[in-house]
Amino acid sequence: MSPATVATATVALEDGLVLEARSVGAHGTALGEAVFTTGMSGYQEAVTDPSYAEQVLCFAAPMIGNYGAGPSCDESPRAWPRAVVMARAGDGPGAAGPEGWCAWLRRHGVVAVDDVDTRRLVRHLREGGAMRGGVSTELGPEELLAAVRAHPTLDGRDIASAAAGPARRLGQDGPRVVAIDCGMKESIARSLAGAGCRLEVVPAGITAGEVLALGPDGIFVSNGPGDPAAVAAVIATVRGVLGEVPLFGICLGHQLLGHALGLATERLPFGHRGSNHPVRRAEDGAVEITVQNHGYAVDAARLPDGVEITHTSLFDGSVEGLRAPELRASSVQYHPEARPGPRDAGYLFRSFVGELA
Amino acid sequence: MPMRTDIHTVLVLGSGPIVIGQAGEFDYSGTQACTALREDGYRVVLVNSNPASIMTDPQVADRTYVEPLDAEAVEAIIARERPDALLPTLGGQTALNLAVELDREGVLARHGVELIGADAAAIHRAEDRDAFRSCMAAAGLQTPPSRIVTDLSQGSAAAEELGFPLILRPGFTLGGEGGGVALGADDLDERLLAALDASPIRQVLVERSVIGWGEFELEVMRDGADNAIVVCSIENIDPMGVHTGDSVTVAPAMSLSDDELQRMRDAALAVIRAVGVSTGGANVQFALNRDTGELYVIEMNPRVSRSSALASKATGYPIAKIAARLALGGTLDELANEITGVTPASFEPALDYVAVKVPRFAFEKLPNAHAELTTHMKSVGEVLALGRTFGEAMGKALAGRELDVAPREPASVADALERLRTPAWDRFDVMLWALGAGASAAEVSDASGVHPWFCGELAALAAERARVAGPLDALGAGELLRARRAGLTDRDLAAATGTDEIAVGRRRRALGVRPTYHAVDTCAGEFAAQTTYYYAAFESEGELRRDDRPALVVLGSGPNRIGQGVEFDYCCVHAARAARELGHAAVMVNCNPETVSTDHGVSDRLYLEPLTLDAVLDICEAERPLGLITQLGGQTPLRLAAPLVAEGVPVLGTPPEAIDLAEDRGRFGALLDRLGLRAPRWAVAAEPGDALAAADEVGYPVLVRPSYVLGGRAMAVCEGPEELRAYLRREAPRGPLLVDRFVEGAIELDVDALSDGTSCWTAAVMEHIEAAGIHSGDSACVLPPQEAPARLVDELREQTAALAAGLGVIGLMNVQFAVRDGDVYVIEANPRASRTVPFVAKATGVPLVRHAVRLMLGEPLEALGLPARTPERQVAVKEAVLPFGRFPGEDPVLGPEMRATGESMGIGPTFAAAFAKAQRGAGQALPQAGVAFLSARDPDKARMAGVARRLAGAGMDLVATAGTAAALAAEGLDVASVAKVSEGSPHVVDLIAGGGVDLVVNTPSGPGARPDGALIRRAAVRASIPCITTIEAAEVAAVAIASGREGAAPVALQDLAEGPSSLSEIGDGRP
Ligand SMILES: Nc1ncnc2c1ncn2[C@@H]1O[C@H](COP(=O)(O)OP(=O)(O)O)[C@@H](O)[C@H]1O
Ligand SMILES: Nc1ncnc2c1ncn2[C@@H]1O[C@H](COP(=O)(O)OP(=O)(O)O)[C@@H](O)[C@H]1O
Ligand SMILES: [Mg+2]
Ligand SMILES: [Mg+2]
Repeated sequence: MSPATVATATVALEDGLVLEARSVGAHGTALGEAVFTTGMSGYQEAVTDPSYAEQVLCFAAPMIGNYGAGPSCDESPRAWPRAVVMARAGDGPGAAGPEGWCAWLRRHGVVAVDDVDTRRLVRHLREGGAMRGGVSTELGPEELLAAVRAHPTLDGRDIASAAAGPARRLGQDGPRVVAIDCGMKESIARSLAGAGCRLEVVPAGITAGEVLALGPDGIFVSNGPGDPAAVAAVIATVRGVLGEVPLFGICLGHQLLGHALGLATERLPFGHRGSNHPVRRAEDGAVEITVQNHGYAVDAARLPDGVEITHTSLFDGSVEGLRAPELRASSVQYHPEARPGPRDAGYLFRSFVGELA
Repeated sequence: MPMRTDIHTVLVLGSGPIVIGQAGEFDYSGTQACTALREDGYRVVLVNSNPASIMTDPQVADRTYVEPLDAEAVEAIIARERPDALLPTLGGQTALNLAVELDREGVLARHGVELIGADAAAIHRAEDRDAFRSCMAAAGLQTPPSRIVTDLSQGSAAAEELGFPLILRPGFTLGGEGGGVALGADDLDERLLAALDASPIRQVLVERSVIGWGEFELEVMRDGADNAIVVCSIENIDPMGVHTGDSVTVAPAMSLSDDELQRMRDAALAVIRAVGVSTGGANVQFALNRDTGELYVIEMNPRVSRSSALASKATGYPIAKIAARLALGGTLDELANEITGVTPASFEPALDYVAVKVPRFAFEKLPNAHAELTTHMKSVGEVLALGRTFGEAMGKALAGRELDVAPREPASVADALERLRTPAWDRFDVMLWALGAGASAAEVSDASGVHPWFCGELAALAAERARVAGPLDALGAGELLRARRAGLTDRDLAAATGTDEIAVGRRRRALGVRPTYHAVDTCAGEFAAQTTYYYAAFESEGELRRDDRPALVVLGSGPNRIGQGVEFDYCCVHAARAARELGHAAVMVNCNPETVSTDHGVSDRLYLEPLTLDAVLDICEAERPLGLITQLGGQTPLRLAAPLVAEGVPVLGTPPEAIDLAEDRGRFGALLDRLGLRAPRWAVAAEPGDALAAADEVGYPVLVRPSYVLGGRAMAVCEGPEELRAYLRREAPRGPLLVDRFVEGAIELDVDALSDGTSCWTAAVMEHIEAAGIHSGDSACVLPPQEAPARLVDELREQTAALAAGLGVIGLMNVQFAVRDGDVYVIEANPRASRTVPFVAKATGVPLVRHAVRLMLGEPLEALGLPARTPERQVAVKEAVLPFGRFPGEDPVLGPEMRATGESMGIGPTFAAAFAKAQRGAGQALPQAGVAFLSARDPDKARMAGVARRLAGAGMDLVATAGTAAALAAEGLDVASVAKVSEGSPHVVDLIAGGGVDLVVNTPSGPGARPDGALIRRAAVRASIPCITTIEAAEVAAVAIASGREGAAPVALQDLAEGPSSLSEIGDGRP
């Protein structure tokens, strides 16, 4: 067990690693899939990203919360990870707003700890692969471990449908785009609208017929949490609309398009989460530095006819983009909307909307 | 895009001697580049006049020219070596400016050499302040409102428009040289003139001040396929107004929101594309108004820089190596990230630690310099430290400075806050003091302009210090762990508990509180690191990977400072190389990011840690080394040797006992007596009050200095009691004083030798050009000796051998002698590697450090197979490079206190030719014709006549003030007379300032004796003309001028090995 300076909480992984910690957020016990991100900025953007639902998020960057918190950094109205694990959490005001980060976490009811040997945790996850974890301010190590081991894994569970926000509209002019919200980040909506379309955001669960009834010029499928294979309803919807109008997907949306095209998804050893992932574009060989947040990837071992890989990860060769030209469908595994992270790929929104006009 | 095959030979330019603003970082980048290019199969031709650098080792390039970095020399080298391409982006501003000149003068076109890395147009857009401004505007980026000014009248017009304070930024300069802040109309003209003078194209950007805004730097890379990445963001904790080189900086940026950071990233990429740096690295500086969000581009350097070296060390990403490969056509995605081994170079490093850089200043050596930190750089070195929190990194970085002079303690919180209003070298010490004494973080932030987040973190550090105050044994493991994690070092804990570092360390280790070592892996743990570059933290699990080879730990030399620069890094790097060759694991410890030794490829394990006792002991505990090498990093590790041995660490080579024997006056004197050797008469004044009596005892003139100082601090020659009293008043020294009889008019010789404890081998006897009394580090020297008869040289060899045996030296040693009328005096013996080791190694071709390591490992001298005598090759001259240009208030006169920052080397068939080259290499090329102003103190007048005759013979016109003019006229010389300053305008200073003089020879007569002299010398420095202040140097210079360009042909080190000795010509140089 690693000593913390003032141990008021415990972090545990299902394989038995237990670390002392200091509670800096809400009290309680939180269980989920343990993941880490190597992104160095944008902690609030990360924590409000619905894709982190049901996860225990560990920041590899050592000092989190340096510039405060505020509404301009929200990607959704709430915090999604079950728990947040940090090496060192700050609580002062700053560029993001006057509220301290720890205060923000408490206000949002997030179990959060710092003074954790996060490097050890990260290396452990790197070697051991994705696993369940928990953070508790109440349970002892043994009890916490037992709870972690009893917690369900993400595999085979549809948690995306519940991550959607309310139906809403953005943008005044341009083609009409229907966005299927599986836990969509707000900046995706803003980027699409900003690219010049009228955006109608509809929650996951909508059927293909309902989508087409809205008379879209283009369809978008959003990011979201969990195992893509389990999001059967949206896969069916995507299959149903394919070929009708141009379709674009991001992250989970990309994986769902993959399923709709007959591809499978597989779990990555420990996922891609960070702001520094190089991706090569097949078209011209250019490299984009991308923002990523996913634990599953499209398995492209057997590519159906009419489907191409447009982008590839230079970290592990995994699929980062798909296109079915005949069906006018394309997708990327990474986050062109950035927030947090580099904005190299922002042009993708413009090219999608441009295609519709 | 594969690497280019149409290029076969690449010419790489180095950055020349170390100067403020351009230090060892370019040795690091250049060495990396040369190594990478050769690995890729290119033939590399290198030019660099700096002998202390690793890059000028003959093994690093195919052809190595230690030659002046001027168009003449480089053209001759191009003509001989026929390179296909010139890579100018790795040798700092010097290389870049020279490349521009070679391009402009048509040299490159004439010889069909392609400029790679950055083309001339891109360099122009980045370096020409006007072109840069327009380029930014065209790209939609903002720069501060400004006017381009090329003369004084335009300056006042600009002031009218922009309002004071104004920032003056000369074009094509480095380290903000000549720049500054004009507060009002009264200082505008003077400052503007200085700025115009500093710019090689007389162009100054007069700019609205944004002092106080946040300052940030982004390190950008771009390849020929237009892939671009940001390697690192660096936040300057000192806001705008303090040069980035003088600022405490942190990576990654700490206080920026993601939105701010991404805006800056987008802007940085837009800048590199707009300027058109098509391949390689660049540094982009920004100013951010945190209230309004306004973002200004301040400048971009289209080359690797001090900041890129810092970023490489802070992230593990080898910017220079990658930049070199990109210049030859590689693309980022094709090149590997060698740290992970499995991912490409096209990514942006993620850090899971904080890197803090703290500058090291040397104001104690430049008492008349303005110590205020401003837009031109004044620091001489820097420390980098990594920690898991800002506090931890900051605490280590502050400790790594190894201050010789403690910061002045503030009188009160109010005094501290007042001091913080003006940026000064010790401002972070003062901040910590104030926070500890009750000031709030907000007050400290208000006073200093430092962002509140940093003040908050410093306040936490100060609070932690207060928390641990009390008895040491009250602190348990938990408390110690917490304190160390917060950033307190053992020394801080010792101060807080009234104990010492050793006691704290013993207790801490006994309680099991030990650091863990973590890899710098570029990826925050996402991939397994293949390299072994480590820093210490206090975490739960370390990740040190060792193999079974016995480890040799080499202690580096810490931050560069005057008296301790890259020459020691050279020694350490060679030791690591030797250790590996001998089958050991080489372990390096250093905290200086501007070095080759902190390139993790140089050793098997690199610890980026301060050279403090606690850090080194912890490393020894983790490494359990076969031995520790402390004699190669200058005074820094030498000081640690004794306590390390006391703690049971196996220090190799010369035992600490010998160090004490050499440094303790009484014991050393006794040793000399026993060996029958002579030192100048000496006495110790227990208190300053006894100095006069001591001086009477040894006899005037005397050389006085406080006994506790190093590197010749506060040293002075006093001719009589009056001067001694003045010295005591001026320096107000505390503690005992050393009073030596000053040996007047003696020649000084330096000997570097190897010894195994009984026998000794003299590697070189170097003769100083200046007489004894000028610090060995500041005087020029020549190898082999020109004036000393062979008999004397033999005598010095014998004395050196006696001293080596007497002291029990195992490894390297350096002895300084003063010789007058055949009498030999030992001035000092240093049982360690000296500053001249790289010079000697290059001049003689003998791998001194490798031999020293073998001796330290216990081999006897005869096993080394050394020749009876050092091979004689061509004549080699070393010249010192002084920082006076940067400190206009300083009188550029030499004395016993060292002030040089760097050195150049000249190699030639004759003394005169080698001397002339060394002068050119030092950036003070002797004129070939024109006007020489001569002025000599009385004792020098006769010899000055000889100088004058030779100069006149070479076709130079002579000018002198009345006294010297009369003396020279009496010798039958044709001399024009010019008025002294005291006689009113137009006087000599006007003449110099007006460009009417090409060479100044002015020998000073004691402190304060003639204010005119100082004015003349300062005017010469300002006018950038050579200023010679000793009669000996004047004599050699006159011979060199008279022999013109004879013997100036470039010499490659690789040809020297078998080169003919030119003994026949030696001696021909002397008048
Ligand atoms: N407009 C300005 N207002 C305030 N400070 C400035 C301004 N422009 C430059 N500086 C300061 O001067 C320093 C040196 O300027 P810079 O152009 O970067 O010179 P150098 O080429 O020597 O790096 C900067 O690091 C910054 O702190
Ligand atoms: N007794 C002396 N007579 C003449 N010159 C001396 C004497 N002692 C020292 N010096 C001069 O002062 C310089 C610095 O003295 P040194 O003892 O070598 O100091 P440091 O430890 O800084 O190298 C020497 O290089 C030499 O030129
Ligand atoms: Mg700068
Ligand atoms: Mg000396």
